[in-house]
Amino acid sequence: MSTNIKRLLMVSPMLMAFALGLFLYQGIGQDPNNSESSLIGQPLPAFKGQTLLSPSRAVTQMDMLGKPALINVWATWCPTCRAEHEFLVDIAKQDNVRIFGVNYHDQLTAAQEWLQELGNPYVFSVFDPKGVLGIDLGVVGAPETYLINAQGVVIDKLTGELNERTWPPLRNKYLSLLEEVN
Amino acid sequence: MIKATLASVLFVLAGLAAPVAQADIKSYEFAEPEMAQRFLELTTVLRCPKCQNQNLADSDSIIAKDLRAQVQKLINAGQTDSQIADFMVQRYGDFILYDPPLKKSTLVLWLAPFGMLIIGLWALWFFGRRTHSEGAMLTPSELQQLEQLLADNQTPAKD
Repeated sequence: MSTNIKRLLMVSPMLMAFALGLFLYQGIGQDPNNSESSLIGQPLPAFKGQTLLSPSRAVTQMDMLGKPALINVWATWCPTCRAEHEFLVDIAKQDNVRIFGVNYHDQLTAAQEWLQELGNPYVFSVFDPKGVLGIDLGVVGAPETYLINAQGVVIDKLTGELNERTWPPLRNKYLSLLEEVN
Repeated sequence: MIKATLASVLFVLAGLAAPVAQADIKSYEFAEPEMAQRFLELTTVLRCPKCQNQNLADSDSIIAKDLRAQVQKLINAGQTDSQIADFMVQRYGDFILYDPPLKKSTLVLWLAPFGMLIIGLWALWFFGRRTHSEGAMLTPSELQQLEQLLADNQTPAKD
């Protein structure tokens, strides 16, 4: 057997171990919750619900169309939602970002008080106490934020907090969707 | 002794598992007993999207509860197992199946074990072959020498 092949054989376990190490290393820090949503590229699911602030008003997915928008899934029991709320209020007021809320597994009065106390960034929030709309959207847990285009097709999804760090990539997509409309 | 330890461990494990499983199925009502069985099977093979390594039956997260209720609803509505699996995949992706379908994005997942097996078999064959051939390469005089060495080794050396 030639020495070259022998040498190759000797280092091959090391190479394999190294490759395995690389593979595992790139997995560190990857959020397993951030698996790609299967709703991306799909139109919003059809739903009929009531809004948080005027429960007698019925809304459907059609009420979210016309302009690109964010759909933010939130709840008063969710600490991360509280953390991101101020940021949502900011981008709604300052940048005029259209945001719809899905109030997920929550209580009506608690959610209404939250909006009064912390400000309301939402055009309206769909009251979804049993997570019915949540299942159709593929919601895993609050907070989650979906970006939709003017036709209501889901373009992107963010699992977790929307903040100065996670907003810019979404913002770029949002702005380019806005340009398409204008 | 070992038997007794093992028995007590099994006893404790059974004690831990049984009440959970019973409480779970009792709180879901079905039109037919056969449906309850299907519910048990489906919630075992469907994965909780929130908790990575638990199935729907085992998880206490909000989403797992919702999805268990959804499975119950769909079963009672007369949907088949594959219709229910499709419903879940449409919303949560292949991730929700513990047994994902073979397609482009899951190819590595499915083929990697066979690749490893082939590499392993090859290594076994390769290294096995080398020792055999080297063993056979001893000349008769070398063999004699070897036997001599082994015989010397068996008589304990005394200083």
